[in-house]
Amino acid sequence: MVVIQQKGQKVIALNGDEAVAYAVKQCDVDVVAAYPITPQTIIVERFSEYVHDGEVDTEFVCTESEHSALTCCLTATAVGARTFTATASAGLALMHEILYVTSGCRAPVVMAVVNRALSAPINIHGDHSDSMAERDSGWIQIYAENSQEVYDSIIQAFRIAEHPEVLLPTLVGLDGFFLSHTLENVSVLTDDVVRNFVGQRRFPHVRNHEGKLVPFKLDPENPITIGPLDLYDYYFEHKRQQEEAMQRASEIIKKINEEYAEISGRQYGNGLVESYRLEDAELATVCIGSTAGTVKTVVDQLRAKGVKAGLLRIRVFRPLPVQHIIEALQNVKTVAVMDRSCSFGGHGGPVFHEIRHVLYDSNIHPHIVNYIYGLGGRDMSQRLVQKIYEDQAKILETGQTEQPVQFIGLRE
Amino acid sequence: MSTKEKKGWKEIPVAGVCWIPSTAYLTGDWKTYRPVWDSEKCTRCILCHLYCPDGAIAWKAETNEMVFNYDYCKGCGICANECPADAISMKLEGEG
Repeated sequence: MVVIQQKGQKVIALNGDEAVAYAVKQCDVDVVAAYPITPQTIIVERFSEYVHDGEVDTEFVCTESEHSALTCCLTATAVGARTFTATASAGLALMHEILYVTSGCRAPVVMAVVNRALSAPINIHGDHSDSMAERDSGWIQIYAENSQEVYDSIIQAFRIAEHPEVLLPTLVGLDGFFLSHTLENVSVLTDDVVRNFVGQRRFPHVRNHEGKLVPFKLDPENPITIGPLDLYDYYFEHKRQQEEAMQRASEIIKKINEEYAEISGRQYGNGLVESYRLEDAELATVCIGSTAGTVKTVVDQLRAKGVKAGLLRIRVFRPLPVQHIIEALQNVKTVAVMDRSCSFGGHGGPVFHEIRHVLYDSNIHPHIVNYIYGLGGRDMSQRLVQKIYEDQAKILETGQTEQPVQFIGLRE
Repeated sequence: MSTKEKKGWKEIPVAGVCWIPSTAYLTGDWKTYRPVWDSEKCTRCILCHLYCPDGAIAWKAETNEMVFNYDYCKGCGICANECPADAISMKLEGEG
């Protein structure tokens, strides 16, 4: 992250959840529908205060479940509203059905997912099991490293989701408690600057049943039908369109990352991936979310000792930035992929699957290993990150990868 | 569906937005049995018209006939079942 203090910004103390609420407040959102769940609750608590105090002109809907909260956002989006919701863990799992309906209806809902473990046993702490389980639901997935990025990503998410070439729901993941409940200095833009950046919702035109080109929203003046029955004759074609929109989203996310840098002085790598000291690195780690902060500290310590260590942080997991991953890792000799979720029986975690799979198509084949870590909020200390780099140094020395998939920070 | 020419994914609107009206979807080819009307027995009570879930039966004033629209009739047989005069019989498609 490059921090340049642009004019008109102020630095305030916010935890990750409050940073989400503050950003949503500035984005001129029409409808917020949500159901409380730890560690997301602060987001909607703060936002309901903004509604109560008249700071926003937003319809706030308290629903009886997350399934209803997302349905409410989806339908409001269909009539042209800008909508937001937030959830975590079991709440996201309960939304599962409607996640697919939302992406299939091309409804640009923005959601904060405060990443939390899934039951059982019940656990309220941070890991990525919830959103990794929804990776194929057609939502764009952005993962933030710190509360500043949480704030910035929520603002960008509205632009990305609503872009007429994209029209895909977008989630911003922030690690439960590590980010959601940790107070940080966050530099916030003025309301005017954010409002101008996000702008009004734009509607592409679609051809309706009378052959007329009309805005893509439900409007009695120009009636259309969204998401009706689709059998084997057209369902496949509509799914192909979703894949195309995902592919188009990559370039748009990069462009919005650049545009955002102009108003804020902050950007996150190229918007899709962030390389940290990778240029001449031999030992690379790949991770997602707040752990990147810890890894960067360890990389700096190792670099001071002359170890050629680096980090690749995947900021956008869907769409997967295939070419950027290949380019970023082209000179490294070993790669350790860190997964804060477990694909039981799947030979490694989901991030590992993707990274190893992407490299198969390239002409670079470094040693690549996987570490499952931090399930249920287990701390990922600097010492454990050092251990990962030590293991990599050993692999480089011996040329042997003894165990491609390991658990780290776990008692035997 | 009965529209023979099917479009590719680049040509159709997103999110299943209908680019043709639902009337262009001819559901008549779903049926196995077709209703056959007997003018002699029929009392023109038009209960069949009222019961038809597809709006596929109409009374034609000029000729005083019940007209069945086989493009949309799915052959459910409700009309034949409800007819108090037993003036509608269901015949297997392809038979007289």
